[in-house]
Amino acid sequence: MCRSSGDVNSAFFTVHTLGTVEALSLHSLCFPSRCLFHSLWCHNLFFSLLRSCAGEENWVDSRTVYIGHKEPPPGAEAYIPQRYPDNRIVSSKYTFWNFIPKNLFEQFRRIANFYFLVIFLVQLIIDTPTSPVTSGLPLFFVITVTAIKQGYEDWLRHKADCSLNECPVDVVQQEKVVRTQSHKLRVGDIVMVREDETFPCDLIFLSSSRDDGTCYVTTTSLDGESSHKTYYAVPDTMAFKTEQEVDSLHATIECEQPQPDLYKFVGRINIYKDKEEPVSRTLGAENLLLRGATLKNTQHIYAVAVYTGMETKMALNYQSKSQKRSAVEKSMNAFLIVYLFILISKAVINTVLKYAWQWSPDRDEPWYNHRTENERQRHVVIRAFTDFLAFMVLFNYIIPVSMYVTVEMQKFLGSYFITWDEEMFDEELGQGAQVNTSDLNEELGQVEYVFTDKTGTLTENNMEFIECCVDGNVYIPHAICNGQILSAASSIDMIDSSPGGKRIRDLFFRALCLCHTVQVKEEETVDGIKRGIHQGRPTSFYISSSPDEVALVEGMKRLGYTYLRLKDNYMEILNKDDEIERFELLHVLNFDSVRRRMSVIVKSISEYLMFCKGADSSIFPRVVSGKVEQVKAHVEQNAVEGLRTLCVAYRRLSESEYQEACHYLTEAKLALQDREQRLAQAYDVIERDFVLLGATAVEDRLQEKAADTIESLHKAGIKVWVLTGDKMETAAATCYASKLFRRSTQILELTKKRTKEQSLHDVLFELNRTVLRQRSISGLSVDCLDFGLIIDGATLSAVLKPSQEVSGHGNYREIFLEICRNCSAVLCCRMAPLQKAQIVKLIKSSKEHPITLAVGDGANDVSMILEAHVGIGIMGKEGRQAARNSDYAIPKFKHLKKMLLVHGHYYYIRIAELVQYFFYKNVCFIFPQFLYQFFCGFSQQPLYDTAYLTLYNISFTSLPILLYSLVEQHVTIDTLKREPSLYRDIAKNSLLRWPVFLYWTCLGVFDAVIFFFGAYFLFDNTTFTSNGQMFGNWTFGTLIFTVLVFTVTLKATKCLGLGFVIWGSLLFYVIFSLLWGGIVWPFLNYQRMYYVFMQMLSSGPAWLSIILLITVSLLPDVIKKVLCRAICPTATERAQVRKRFLKIDLKFYLC
Amino acid sequence: MMASSYKDEDGHITVSGSGAAAGAGGGSLRSKKPENTAFKQQRLPAWQPILTAGTVLPAFFIIGLMFIPIGIGLYVTSNNIKEFEVDYTGVEMSSPCFTCSQNFSWNSTKPCTCSVPFHLDQPYESNVFMYYGLSNFYQNHRRYVKSRDDSQLNGNEESLRKPSKECEPYAKHNNKPIAPCGAIANSMFNDSLELIYIDPNGTKVQIPLTATGIAWWTDKHVKFRNPGAENTNLTVVFQGTTRPVNWRRPVFQLDSDPDNNGFINEDFIVWMRTAALPTFRKLYRIIQRRSNVHPTLPRGNYSLEVVYNYPVRSFEGRKRMILSTISWMGGKNPFLGIAYVSVGSVCFLLGVLLLIIHHKYGNRNNAAEISH
Repeated sequence: MCRSSGDVNSAFFTVHTLGTVEALSLHSLCFPSRCLFHSLWCHNLFFSLLRSCAGEENWVDSRTVYIGHKEPPPGAEAYIPQRYPDNRIVSSKYTFWNFIPKNLFEQFRRIANFYFLVIFLVQLIIDTPTSPVTSGLPLFFVITVTAIKQGYEDWLRHKADCSLNECPVDVVQQEKVVRTQSHKLRVGDIVMVREDETFPCDLIFLSSSRDDGTCYVTTTSLDGESSHKTYYAVPDTMAFKTEQEVDSLHATIECEQPQPDLYKFVGRINIYKDKEEPVSRTLGAENLLLRGATLKNTQHIYAVAVYTGMETKMALNYQSKSQKRSAVEKSMNAFLIVYLFILISKAVINTVLKYAWQWSPDRDEPWYNHRTENERQRHVVIRAFTDFLAFMVLFNYIIPVSMYVTVEMQKFLGSYFITWDEEMFDEELGQGAQVNTSDLNEELGQVEYVFTDKTGTLTENNMEFIECCVDGNVYIPHAICNGQILSAASSIDMIDSSPGGKRIRDLFFRALCLCHTVQVKEEETVDGIKRGIHQGRPTSFYISSSPDEVALVEGMKRLGYTYLRLKDNYMEILNKDDEIERFELLHVLNFDSVRRRMSVIVKSISEYLMFCKGADSSIFPRVVSGKVEQVKAHVEQNAVEGLRTLCVAYRRLSESEYQEACHYLTEAKLALQDREQRLAQAYDVIERDFVLLGATAVEDRLQEKAADTIESLHKAGIKVWVLTGDKMETAAATCYASKLFRRSTQILELTKKRTKEQSLHDVLFELNRTVLRQRSISGLSVDCLDFGLIIDGATLSAVLKPSQEVSGHGNYREIFLEICRNCSAVLCCRMAPLQKAQIVKLIKSSKEHPITLAVGDGANDVSMILEAHVGIGIMGKEGRQAARNSDYAIPKFKHLKKMLLVHGHYYYIRIAELVQYFFYKNVCFIFPQFLYQFFCGFSQQPLYDTAYLTLYNISFTSLPILLYSLVEQHVTIDTLKREPSLYRDIAKNSLLRWPVFLYWTCLGVFDAVIFFFGAYFLFDNTTFTSNGQMFGNWTFGTLIFTVLVFTVTLKATKCLGLGFVIWGSLLFYVIFSLLWGGIVWPFLNYQRMYYVFMQMLSSGPAWLSIILLITVSLLPDVIKKVLCRAICPTATERAQVRKRFLKIDLKFYLC
Repeated sequence: MMASSYKDEDGHITVSGSGAAAGAGGGSLRSKKPENTAFKQQRLPAWQPILTAGTVLPAFFIIGLMFIPIGIGLYVTSNNIKEFEVDYTGVEMSSPCFTCSQNFSWNSTKPCTCSVPFHLDQPYESNVFMYYGLSNFYQNHRRYVKSRDDSQLNGNEESLRKPSKECEPYAKHNNKPIAPCGAIANSMFNDSLELIYIDPNGTKVQIPLTATGIAWWTDKHVKFRNPGAENTNLTVVFQGTTRPVNWRRPVFQLDSDPDNNGFINEDFIVWMRTAALPTFRKLYRIIQRRSNVHPTLPRGNYSLEVVYNYPVRSFEGRKRMILSTISWMGGKNPFLGIAYVSVGSVCFLLGVLLLIIHHKYGNRNNAAEISH
C-alpha cells in the first residue's frame, strides 16, 4: 500500500515541481506573492492528497539534489528526474515583444486611466461636442510618460539581469574546474567560489580552503548586515580539498522546496560510500550559502547548488510588500466619487432639460438648423442616451485628469527632500534617511500613535558591561568603576575570599566566556591574534548578532578571562593566570526570543557542563539551587536603574545525562519537519535543574536626544507607546529617563503581579474608574495630570483573549482601549514580536481609526512595522531587516522628530492643498460650460476651444501647483521644530475633511458663476470694441478661459514666492493663445480661434472685465482667510505672526 | 505694516563634507552625504504674504479707491452713448411689418417691403453704427456652430467641390455642392434695411450707409478667401456649385463690388461669426460722419425701410434695428461701470470692517504674544 502510494507521490511530485517552475517563469519578480501563493497552494494540495496513505517518511514538499548529477547507487530510492529552473534571474517585467500590450494592460487597470479611456472611446464612437483629441491627448501623454518611465526602468533591469546572468562561474566537471556563465548553472552542479566573489545561487557548503571547514560571508546586499558571518561545511565533506576529491563525492541532498525565509533551511545530505549504508547529516541554515552574499577571508570553497535562479532565497525575497494607502489617498478617492456623482447628475439634468426644452419642434429643429436624415431616423431613446454620453464627455474634465500624475510626481519628487536632508544624515553610519515608498509621505503628518521599540531604538544598543553579581557578591570591572582605576585582579579579590565562593566565581566567569555565539574577527594570522590580545593591542575584536553578548565577553576580558577563539570545536579561554583553558564545544542551544535564553554544553577535561544564560524570568523557574533570593534582589535593583540583566546558571551533566540530551538534540536536529518545534521541546527537556551562578548587568544608554524627541512628540499630541521585550523595571527606568513618564505622571499598572492579587476584571474596572474620575475632575485643564500605563505581555494576552462569557464581564478590549485613550504614554513590556503587531492592530482598528506609526530596529519589530500605517526602520546594529521592511528608514531615533514634525507636516499640507486645489480648479473649469448649456439650448456646445480644453490640465495650470506642492512652506522649519504643538493643527486629516472640501467646491462654483455671468453681462447684446464690430461665441469662451487661467494660477501663487513659475505659466498661456490664434493652421479643419485672442485683447473693456473678474473671484477666499485668522487663529497662524514679530524685534535690536 | 516675511535669509551654500567627513570609507561617505544647498535643505528664501487683517487692509483700500473712479468713469461713458432700438418683427397687428411677417414664404419671388417710422430725440454726433438684432436665435447651438467648412471659406478649391461632412444636411443640393455650405451660411440674415430721414419739411433723404469695415480685418483678408485666387470672375470660379437653399442669389452675386463679393462679402463674414448668446446683434452698416457742422443723424423723424425676407416668427424670434454711437469702450453697457463701482465700494467697506477687526483682535493677539 505504502509503496504504491510512494509512486503516486513521486508522480505528483514532478507535476508539482513543474507547476512551480512554470509559475515562477511566468510571473516574474513583480508577482512573487503569487508565486508563493501558488507553491503554497500546491503544497497544501499535496499534503491533503497524501496524508491519507503516506507515512511520515514521505516529504513531498522536498526536493532531492544529486550532487554532480550522479545517480545514487541502486538500492537507494528510485531516481526521479526533477526539473528545476536554470540559474537565470529575471527581474524584468517585460520583454521586447510584450512590452506594449502588457504595459498598456497594466496601466489601464488603474481606474483613472480606464475612465479616460472610456471617455476617449465614447468620443470616437458617437458624435460628441469635443473632439477625441481633448481627452485622447492627455491620456496619451500620461500613458506615454508612464510607459517611458517603466520601459526605462525595465531596460535597466534587463541590463542588470544580463550582467548578472553572464557573470563567470567556476563549475567542477569531470574533476576539472570549468568556467561557465552564471545562467548555465543547474541544480546539483558543484561550484567553486573564490574570495570576494558573490555566490551565484543558493549553495550547500561542502568544503573550504580553511582547515576547520568554515568560511566567512557578508550578507550586506541581502540584509544589510556588514558583519562577517561564519558558515560551516558539511562535516563529512570538509576534508575534500581538490577538484578531484570533490568530484568523487557521491551524495544526494534532500531539502525543502524554496522558501523566502533567509534564516531558515532544513535539509539532509546522504553520502554514499562504497556499499555501505549511506551516512545522513542534517543541514541547516549554517550550511546554506545564499545567493547575493559574498565570500570573505576564505580563499575558495566548494559548494553544490540547491536552489537556482528564481528559486533562490534572494529572488523569493524581492516581494513587494502589501500596498499601504494613505488617509489622503482615501479621502481623495471619496472626493472623486462625489465628483463622479456630480458629473453624472449634471449630465442627467442637462439631458432631461434638453428634452423638456426642445419639446416644440421649432426649438428642436428651427428652420435654420436642421438635423441630417440619419439623425432624424434615430430612435429617441438612443438619441437621449447619446446626448447623455455627450454631456458626460463635455463635463468629464471635472474629474481631474492630471491629478493622479501630479500627485504621484509630487510624492516621488517630494520624497527626495527626506533623502536630501542633511540633518537626518548620520556621520557614523555614513547614511541618511531612506525612503522605501513615497506613497506615505503625507501620512507622516497624520500620526497619532507612535509605537517604538526600546532596545536599539530608544537606546543605543551599544552595550557596556557594568557589573556582575556572583553568589550575592558584586564585581565591577575596573574601567567603569566611577573613575577609580583599579586593576582587574584587585577588583575581584577585594571582596571575596571563601574558597567555595572562588570556585563559583571562576565557574561564573567561565560560563560567560563559553556561553555565547560570539566570533573573533581576525585581522592577522592565528598567531597574530593571540599576540594581539595578549599584548593588549586591539588587533582582534568580537562580532556577534547580539550586542549583549559582545558586552559580556568584553566585560569578562576586563575581569581577566579572555575568550580567544573557537578552534576545532574547542573553545579556548585565557584565564587570569595567563593559562589557556580548552573546552570542547558539544552543543549550542541557540537563543530565541520565546525561550529567552541560550545554553551551551561543553566538555572540560573530565566533566560535561551545561551553561545557560537568559532573562531572569526564564532562568529562575529552572533553578534548583544557588543563592536565588540574593541574586533576585540584585537583579531587581539593577533593573530599576535601567540596566539590562541576565542570569547565569549551570548544570553538571553525567555521562548518561549527556547522552540522553545528545540523543534528544540530534533527533530534533535531524527532523525535516517541525524541526523548530521539536528543537524547542528538546531544549525544554534539557534545560532544567540548574544551579544559579549569578547575574550580569549591562547598560544600554539612551540614544542621543531620545528624551527631547519623545517630549516633542508628546507636545505634538502624539501618543507614544513603548513596546519591549525587556523586564518591566528596566523598561520603566528607560521610560523615565526618556521622559516618556514624568515625575508627575500617575502610573497605572496592569501587570501579572497585580492580576494575581485581583481578578483582571476588577483591575481593569478600577483603572478605568480612576481615569474617568480624574478626567471629570480636571475638566478643561488638560495637562494638570496625565496617566502612564504599564502592561505586560501576559496580561495583554489575557485582555485580548476573547472572553468566554457572551455578556458576562463585557469586553475587556473596549475597557482597555478606553484606559489607553486617556493615557499619554503606555509601556508594554515582556512583549513577543507578534504581540507587538497585535497591539498595533488593536489600536489601528479601534473606533477612531487613528493613524499609527511603528518604529523599530530589529527583526522582532518587523511585524509591527508592517502592521502599522507607517513603518519606520532604524538602521541599527541588529541588522537591516527592520530598515528593509519599513516604509522609511532613519539612522537614529531622534530623526523621527524632524521626519514627523517637519517633513510630515509639510507633506501633508502640500498634498492636501494640492488635492483640494485640483478639484477646485476643475470645478471652475467645467461649471461655466454647464451654465452655458442653459444659453445654447442644451446642445452640448463647448465653451472653450479644443486646444484650451486639452491643455488646461496638462500645461496651463499644472506647473504652478506642482511647484507649490513641492516647496510650499507656510511656516519655517525652525518654527515647526520649535513648536511641536503645530502638529495638532493638521491632525485627523483636518485639511481634507468634508467641510473643507465643500468650501473649495463652493468656491469653485462661485468663481465659475462669477466668470460666466461676468462675461455674460459684458456680452449682453452690445459691443465692446471701439470700432463697433461684434465678438462671437469663441471670444466669449476665451474671455472666460483667460479669467479662469489667471484666477486659478494666482490662487496657487497666493502664498508662493516662486513668482517666475507663476508668471512663466501665465506667459506661456498668453503666448500659446497668441500663436494658436495667430496662424491659419493648415492641419485643422476649422479656424474658429483665428485672431480671437488678439481681437479680445484689443478691446479695453475686455481688459477691464478680466481685471474685475479676477479680483472678485479672489476676494472671498482672501476675506475668509483674513476673518478666520483674525477671529479664531489656529496655532500655525499664530506661529506665523510670531515669527514676524520676532523678525521685527530682531531688526529693532540690530538698529 | 510689513506684508510679508522672509523665511530664513541665510540661504548660504556651502560645499558639503569638505574634510569634515573624514574617517573610514570617506570617499563613499562623502558621496552619500546630501548636499547642503538651500534648495535641498528646503531653505529657499520664500516670499510669503501672510493674510492678516493688517496686511490686506491697505490692499482693500487701494482696490476700493481705484475701482470706484474707474467705475464712475465707465458708467458716465456708457451713459453718454446714444442708442436707439426699433423692433420691426411685425408681431402686433398695428406693426407696419405685420403683413410681411404673416405672408412669409421661402419661394415668393416678390419681396415684401415695409417701412417703420421712428423718431430720434437727440442728434447723433459721431459715427453711427447700425446693427440688426435677433433674439431667440440659437446661433450657438452646437449643431449650428460646427455646420461650416472653414477650408472652403478660405478658398480651398477641393473643399469647394467636396464640402466637409460637418455641413450636412446643407452640404449638397441636387447633387451639387453648396457654396458656402452649412447651416450658418444657409441661414444668413437677408433683410435689407435702409434709413430715410424725413426732413421737418417733409422731404425724404436717404442716409448713406457704408457696408465695409463691419467685419474683422483679419477675417476679411486672411480667413475668408474666394477660391481661384487669380481669377476675378467669380461666376466662373463658383461654377458647378449651387447656392444655399435659402438664398435668393448665389454667393457671387452678393455685392457688385468685387472686393466685397463671394466669400469676402462682409455681411456674410459678420454672419459667419456665430454669436455667443441667443439674443445678439450684428453690425450691419456704418453711417459715417460727413461734416463737422451737421450731426450724423440730426434729431427728427426717420423711417426704416425694410425688405422683409427673414422669417423669425416660427421660433418666436424678434428682429430689431439698432442705431448706436460708440465710445472707446464700445456700445452702451452700464454693467461694467456698475460692477466696478460696487466691487470698489465692497472692498472699501470690507477695508473699514477689517480695520475694526484688526483693531479689536489684533491688539488682543499682540497682548497674548507679549504675555507669552
